[in-house]
Amino acid sequence: MKKLRLYYEEYNKGPFTLLWKHFTQQHFAFFGFITLLLLLLLALLTPFLTPHDPYLQNSQLLLVPPSWQNSGLVSYPLGTDDLGRDLMSRLMLGTSYTFGLAILAVLGSLIVGVILGALSGMSKGVKSSVFNHLLDLALTIPSLLLAIVIVAVLGPGLMNTIWAIMLALLPQFVHGVRNAIQQQLKQDYVTAYRLDGASQRQLLLFVIFPNIWEQLVLMFTMALSTAVLDIAALGFLSIGAQSPTAEWGSMIADSLDSIYLAPWTVALPGLMIFITVLAVNLVGDGIRVAMKKRREN
Amino acid sequence: MMFHYLLRRLFLLSFVFVALTVFAFSLGYLFPGDVLGNFTGLRNISPAEEIVLRQQLGLDQSYWQQYIYFNQRILDGNWALSFSSQQNVLDEIINVMPATLELASYALLLSLIVGIPLGIVAAVRKDKWLDKLISGLALVGYSIPIFWWALLLIMVFSLTLGWLPTSGRLSVLYEIPTMSGFMLPDILLSQVPYREEALVDAIRHLLLPALVLATYPTTVMIRFTRESMLDVLEQNYIKTARAKGLTRLQVLYTHGLRNALLPVTRQVGLQFSTLITLAMITEVIFSWPGIGSWLIDGIYQRNFPAIQGGLLVVSSLVIAVNMFTEILHTMLNPLARKF
Repeated sequence: MKKLRLYYEEYNKGPFTLLWKHFTQQHFAFFGFITLLLLLLLALLTPFLTPHDPYLQNSQLLLVPPSWQNSGLVSYPLGTDDLGRDLMSRLMLGTSYTFGLAILAVLGSLIVGVILGALSGMSKGVKSSVFNHLLDLALTIPSLLLAIVIVAVLGPGLMNTIWAIMLALLPQFVHGVRNAIQQQLKQDYVTAYRLDGASQRQLLLFVIFPNIWEQLVLMFTMALSTAVLDIAALGFLSIGAQSPTAEWGSMIADSLDSIYLAPWTVALPGLMIFITVLAVNLVGDGIRVAMKKRREN
Repeated sequence: MMFHYLLRRLFLLSFVFVALTVFAFSLGYLFPGDVLGNFTGLRNISPAEEIVLRQQLGLDQSYWQQYIYFNQRILDGNWALSFSSQQNVLDEIINVMPATLELASYALLLSLIVGIPLGIVAAVRKDKWLDKLISGLALVGYSIPIFWWALLLIMVFSLTLGWLPTSGRLSVLYEIPTMSGFMLPDILLSQVPYREEALVDAIRHLLLPALVLATYPTTVMIRFTRESMLDVLEQNYIKTARAKGLTRLQVLYTHGLRNALLPVTRQVGLQFSTLITLAMITEVIFSWPGIGSWLIDGIYQRNFPAIQGGLLVVSSLVIAVNMFTEILHTMLNPLARKF
């Protein structure tokens, strides 16, 4: 609703309100945002919502097709897999594995990345240079290769590959945070604070961080889509999540044998990964466009 | 000045390689199992051999000395033996590497040929339906998990329609002598009577994996070229050129393209590491006998020397490509030269 204006007044919206306004104007991005919220809710509440036990094998109900097919059952809306486990429950539980763990991995990596990036961004000279080049090395090792090496050292398992993914995501965060900080350090208002006698720490916490958090959110979404894809890919290769775990990637790998008989057991987990990553990317693109529009106005 | 820059890059390169070899060396100790076995790849070492080998590797000396011996062995080509086949890891890598390079280079080529023009078209027609279509498709391709996409294509083109084969590089019917390890040039160079049939067969085998692998880089290229082109089209010199009376195409070609494609050269290098990751997954799905499926087999078989060697070779390759594109970018772009 438009605000009633009795008299002329200077009316400036805060940067966040502006960003939100530009973001919600893009319908696809907003739709992606809602999808993400739903997925997050699902990932948190999964234990209370699943209609069946995701690991309960039922030999009476092997490969039941989804309920929209003639031979499907209403109580198993998305059918069952080759061991008679309810596919819908497994897909719901998979949300907390593939999507939930991806969020945790990215968050952990982001926190470490912000600390290291801040240290590197605020320092100059040889220290910062050596640090950067070490990071460049980590950046060049392909993430799957890094995961393979870590799995070789620690043994296969979902948690071990999470470390690999965190490590693989770290350099881009450190680089991003460092560039963002150095960009801000050049601004006049930072110099003004400096002249006022702000210490490095105050500068970082009260001046620079409030101005770069949107870029952090952007980096977060970009890394999140990579993390979801990586977790699923590692699960698919049976390097990450191991067989009975209801992780989307390993569910696809498990059902490969029955791809002729039951294509839905392969198609549906993949669809979930696709929807999740698409939603994350829509939000990321939406934030980018919103930031650009706000800058232009 | 350029010489100075190259020297600095070279110094950086050697620094990165030292760090990489230190990492690879430390894996010999980090991997589970016997250190001697991890470094040599030998199994069932007798006590008498063990004493000799320990002497050779310098295991009774300092880590520093061991590291130097390790580097000597790498430079001599005297790499560890693979646990599973008991052959030199380096020879095995040289055998499988061309298949990966061939697949990756075709995919990269495809992504450049398709991605860049589409990105330019999308930027020029910004916010029109064509742009929306291209950007939407790019977003879909950017979000699709590659293994699922590969399975979908296999289901449609191989299982349902039966047009294309699902695995391998060439049908077992054809025997092609290995010269370069690259399948298509090898077939063209060979003197066998069934050359044309073999070529068609090789291309049919190549089609699906290359298409799957090209999907992600293509969408990255579309998105990146579009962004870069839009940035350039907003610049004042474009307006000046338009005001001077140049046609749209002239502006686009002489002022737009050159500036917009500069960051794209760099992007190719940055995407190379992702491309290798995706190539490894693609190889596993299509049973493509490259370094990716070789490494994944290595992890299934707990073949530590293979993983160590693979890490060295693949990372060196990625580092070299990164460095090369960065130097190329600096040579092409005067603004990037910070001497």
